[in-house]
Amino acid sequence: MMDLRDLYQDIILDHGRHPRNFRPIEHPTHTAKGHNPLCGDRVTVYLTIDGDKIADVSFEGRGCAISTAAASLMTEVLRGKTLAEARALFAQFHAKVTGGEVGEVAEALEEDAERLEPLTGVKAYPARVKCATLPWHAFEAALKGGAAAPVKTE
Amino acid sequence: MKPLDPKALRREFPVYQNNPGLVFLDSGASAQKPAAVIDGVAEFYRRDYANVHRGVYQLSQRSTDHFEEAREGTRAFLNAPDVNEIIFVRGATEAINLVAQSWGPEFVKAGDEIVVSDLEHHSNFVPWQMLCQRMGARLVVAPTDASGGFDLAAFEALLSSRTKMVAITHVSNVTGAILPVERIVELAHRKGALVLVDGCQAIPRMPVDVRALGCDFYACSGHKAYGPSGIGVLWGRYELLAAMPPWQTGGGMITQVTLEKTDFQEPPHRFEAGTPDISGAVGLKLALDFIESIGRDRIRDHEEELTGYAIDRLSRIPDLNLLAAGQRRLSVLSFNLDGIHPHDVGTVLDQHGVAVRVGHHCAQPLMDKLGIAGTVRASLGVYNDRDDIDRLAAAVEACREMFSR
Repeated sequence: MMDLRDLYQDIILDHGRHPRNFRPIEHPTHTAKGHNPLCGDRVTVYLTIDGDKIADVSFEGRGCAISTAAASLMTEVLRGKTLAEARALFAQFHAKVTGGEVGEVAEALEEDAERLEPLTGVKAYPARVKCATLPWHAFEAALKGGAAAPVKTE
Repeated sequence: MKPLDPKALRREFPVYQNNPGLVFLDSGASAQKPAAVIDGVAEFYRRDYANVHRGVYQLSQRSTDHFEEAREGTRAFLNAPDVNEIIFVRGATEAINLVAQSWGPEFVKAGDEIVVSDLEHHSNFVPWQMLCQRMGARLVVAPTDASGGFDLAAFEALLSSRTKMVAITHVSNVTGAILPVERIVELAHRKGALVLVDGCQAIPRMPVDVRALGCDFYACSGHKAYGPSGIGVLWGRYELLAAMPPWQTGGGMITQVTLEKTDFQEPPHRFEAGTPDISGAVGLKLALDFIESIGRDRIRDHEEELTGYAIDRLSRIPDLNLLAAGQRRLSVLSFNLDGIHPHDVGTVLDQHGVAVRVGHHCAQPLMDKLGIAGTVRASLGVYNDRDDIDRLAAAVEACREMFSR
């Protein structure tokens, strides 16, 4: 049996209870809603993109400790990143939680990738992987301009 | 009456031998299967299987006999007057869709009303919502009161000569509340409305007598009653069924087909197009026999006693909120822990070997009304005992501890 404390690490409980950047952006350049119809979790991701950079990112919604912490940590690492960097972080994170082939990220992003590491415990809980990826899928949908479409998850 | 012995019964369920230490508290979603059902279905395939109602050969006749005996067994189980009122379907969902899609367009017109309760499972809500949208009718939702009980007075006030159908659950799959079906039927009939009862949660755990209930349709699923998945039953009054047009069409449900037109069989065959779930019906009969061999009064007494024990045990856990706490209820307990999402509770419970269901339980309108995303739901079967409830309570305590650090 896996130790549950590997899944519910202190940092996850902290971000789950006190999510950062938990607010709407009044005039976002991009936004999308993520919805997991299986559990009813909902997240709305807001972005202000300036040129190629994520100037501001926030979220609102309701969900379990995992999805709330995942959204909170996502907003922390994404601020100030270029879109290419954001995509690279998601690609690696996605591979880590779904058991795909994990690629390297640029040296400048290693610290951010490290910040997301506590969430990768969900890999051992297949029913919970979608909780960790829901906000990221919403982020991706926002970039694609999928205004309010429900996003796909694992 | 000797009380039921869950520990002895558990030996009849192979899943327990193959999953030592399992605490299974999700029978409300689907019950485990006794060896009598598993082996009986296999034996039927080994000895007596062929397509039904077609062959002139003996094997097909034996298969047909088994299939039709299952129909008669189901009639007896529900105390229905006529075996031709028993229609085999995939499950309660299909049973309700059959009525909504066959009876509905024929008898519901613009301005009419259909009444459901806010406790309904999506399967007894969405088919009516769609029928109303299609016909320009109105879906009226009868509320539960503040304590989670069905509000008979509010319900009565919603009825009128426009009401054509009342679709109501027998036992709530979210709160376990038992609805006063006899009274509901009486009030609805007074206005000339029909009543369909969703019996999914009632069938495996209490005596059900459609004549005593007085309802017009009764829908249930085999898999929640220790039978196979993929088989269910619609019971309907014969004169109502006889006035309903075919739903799905094809083989087995016709008397004559020409290039110009088709004549259809009488019920029940009119509503059973195509090769039915033959082994499913055989398995359902074995499951109903299994229930009868224990006795439905004994099952109800056992689950009622265990429900009371669970309410008492869970109520003592701080920060635990039990839904519809004061209601007369059976075998289904929904709760939340302050500040902890049901999905997180479910994962922790699973790590302690306790299988419960978490989420909205296909009852989003009720979740919205209560302002919650979902609940943790424990539901009982004949194999559960006080040890299971103690293990559940201990796992819930462990969950509180983990999230309070």
